[in-house]
Amino acid sequence: MTTATDIDKKKPLAGLSESGAYQKMLAFASLIALLIGFSIASPNFMQTSNMIAILQATSVNGVLAVAATLVIITGGIDLSVGTLMTFCAVIAGVALTYLGLPLLIGVAAAIAAGALCGLCSGTFVAKMKIPPFIATLGMMLILKGLSLVISGTRPIYFNDTPGFDQISRGSLIGEVFPTLPIPNGVLILFLVAIAASYILGRTVLGRYTFALGSNEEAVRLSGVNTDAWKMRIYALAGGICGIGGILIASRLNSAQPALGLGYELEAIAAVVIGGTSLSGGRGTILGTLIGALIMAVLTNGLRVLSVAQEWQTVVTGAIIILAVYADMARRKKTG
Amino acid sequence: MGETMDKLVDMTGIDKHFPGVHALKSVQFDLFPGEVHALMGENGAGKSTLMKILSGIYQRDGGDLVIEGKSVNPTTPREAQNLGIGIIHQELSLMNDLTVAQNIFIGREPRKSFGRLDEAALNAQTAGIFATMNLALDPRALVGSLTIAKQQMVEIAKALSYRSKVLVMDEPTAALNDAEIAELFVIIRRLKAEGVGIVYISHKMDELKQIADRVTVMRDGEYVGTVDAADTPISRIIAMMVGREVNEDPLIVPDLDGAEVSLQVAGLNRGKVLHDVSFSVQKGEILGFAGLMGAGRTEVARAIFGADPKDSGEVRVHGKPVSIKSPKDAVRAGIGYLSEDRKHFGLATGMNVRDNIALASMDLFTGAGGVLNDNEIGTAANSYITQLGIRTPSDIQEVRLLSGGNQQKVVIAKWLLRDCDILIFDEPTRGIDVGAKSEIYKLLEDLAEQGKTIIVISSELPEIMRLSHRIAVMCEGRLTGILPGGKDTTQEDIMHLATQRAAAMQVTGTAQ
Repeated sequence: MTTATDIDKKKPLAGLSESGAYQKMLAFASLIALLIGFSIASPNFMQTSNMIAILQATSVNGVLAVAATLVIITGGIDLSVGTLMTFCAVIAGVALTYLGLPLLIGVAAAIAAGALCGLCSGTFVAKMKIPPFIATLGMMLILKGLSLVISGTRPIYFNDTPGFDQISRGSLIGEVFPTLPIPNGVLILFLVAIAASYILGRTVLGRYTFALGSNEEAVRLSGVNTDAWKMRIYALAGGICGIGGILIASRLNSAQPALGLGYELEAIAAVVIGGTSLSGGRGTILGTLIGALIMAVLTNGLRVLSVAQEWQTVVTGAIIILAVYADMARRKKTG
Repeated sequence: MGETMDKLVDMTGIDKHFPGVHALKSVQFDLFPGEVHALMGENGAGKSTLMKILSGIYQRDGGDLVIEGKSVNPTTPREAQNLGIGIIHQELSLMNDLTVAQNIFIGREPRKSFGRLDEAALNAQTAGIFATMNLALDPRALVGSLTIAKQQMVEIAKALSYRSKVLVMDEPTAALNDAEIAELFVIIRRLKAEGVGIVYISHKMDELKQIADRVTVMRDGEYVGTVDAADTPISRIIAMMVGREVNEDPLIVPDLDGAEVSLQVAGLNRGKVLHDVSFSVQKGEILGFAGLMGAGRTEVARAIFGADPKDSGEVRVHGKPVSIKSPKDAVRAGIGYLSEDRKHFGLATGMNVRDNIALASMDLFTGAGGVLNDNEIGTAANSYITQLGIRTPSDIQEVRLLSGGNQQKVVIAKWLLRDCDILIFDEPTRGIDVGAKSEIYKLLEDLAEQGKTIIVISSELPEIMRLSHRIAVMCEGRLTGILPGGKDTTQEDIMHLATQRAAAMQVTGTAQ
């Protein structure tokens, strides 16, 4: 009995908060170090226009990474976020340009299509017990193909929908604070991140997301319909990819059906750099945001320093391995 | 039986401590060539620890280990193998997707030049080992395609391939049927004839008379005695195993005459693991489930709870038939299951205490839009933390940092919060230290007194005797009898019902 209480006392409150805080600190410190390093190396780096370019570049990957974070916390993986984004952009194109529907309906259709596709992935995983990697790999290819089929392999332009490009490129903040022309795409990323954070932290869906990743069998034996909740999480992630689809289509003012492959890996990289565990049960949206920012800062900074594109990719890969290694080393220590 | 010089193994004065536990207290054990020496004792008596010391998995703190006249000190399983000691663990450790021969020679495959594998030599050498065992088995067969019995033969062949002179078998018949056991015994007798010494760990009394030459009994980490298998009645061996005085507090069996029957199970069947299990439990009653490992007690619980599919059987809760197809249905009917393996099936150990307590009752705390009321979760959790005396710095402590006893209380709190009135406890004190055990016992008695219906599955007879108002005994997937709790029933009575596989057939044969 004494031993039991002793053990309890030895690690007072070494709980979720501490480990989570450490991760975020580590990622955040890396981000700051990168920013300082690049601004010393190049005077052009720290200019407002460049900072805004970095944020703009973060917006799409950030949104997809938020979606991937939800699925990864359940202990799954979503390889389809990139092509699902494209598919949703194409759906928006069909609704707005081909069918001439109003802007809001086009946006809603894209998000609904995303949620529906996510629900499909969720069904494959939860009901048909297909491993998430395979289920979403299949989904990734299906959606890539469907985007090309629906669009006839040609880009769909949004020239007939005035205001569509403003969804991402416009700046509501810039209208109020002219010195801070932060694009709406970035604003939307932050809104999505806040909403996802709220869902993860405050709702039953979020609690089950962590619980599923922590010990799915224990949750099932607690009488929770784990299959249904898992499907909801995949559907939510799909809906968020739909928002990503709107963002990229608006930024390019077109739906580019050939785009999308590779985005899923960048999103997963951001999630991992942000300290979310690929084995599930652990992760934060804030971490993912920082992860996405680190990726964008790296790409941008290396470009400003005129490092060749090929080498940028090499550096990004090395950073991912370093980030996960640091996380592993820390976890080994704390057990 | 010969002189010291002839002994294959001679262990004397073996001592072993684990943090907080004196696991082995000056234990002795010896083994002659061509002998089957059975090692008996209840779960936790120290049999496995002793054998792990022999096979180099653990190091002893004191005592002598002499192999063939030489004092040795194996520090790894590899060293023990080189000394001629092979162990076959209860859980087989074979790779199902490799062939029999590939399994046997894993890590020391015959090679040709440039590191190419020599499959022909591999299969030939394996066939050679099978020939000495007189075993008809294709070296190229996939291990996954074999029966459990055949896989066990592969494990034995693997041990022999290291030229083992000593073979330790830990409950080798646990997963075998009668025909397969006969097959295994043929191989064991052949090995005996070749001079191999065999240490045979088993709970099944009727096997001893068939296969063992001598029996050594251990209890609570101590050596009790060694007897001749042929001349010693089974009742004497059971008495040696049980030995100690039971029950620190006398059990008071309440008078439940007229109390409502809250759970009725009739004709529960599931594949080969459950055969026609029927019983009922009253409100306020603690029904104990005794039996050996693999008797099907956990399977009964999981089938009732809907965690595993059942082939047939009816479950009635408060007299009404309920259809339970998933744990969700069971929870809705007011049944809670506390698994023997808390870490895998009971707790999300990476999450905090309050979320684990609320895990089965999230809907109680969910408001509009699925938003959780964390304050209410905290309040509810804290009230159970106080009520059950869960020792934790706070309700947001991660569960993995709590002791076993406190983790168990968290699981109990989960079901109490859910307001389940039928609670199935599977090995409620496994991995819990002695002091916390009596606290858990008190808690179960309190719950029964408050009108909960309690089922306790336990492999520890003293625990069953201490708690149960009635005792259901299982053997080989069948219910072999229900005994009254209290003084009228002895541990020997339970052991007899739990070990007689022939009786298992009889009882179920005549019951209907």
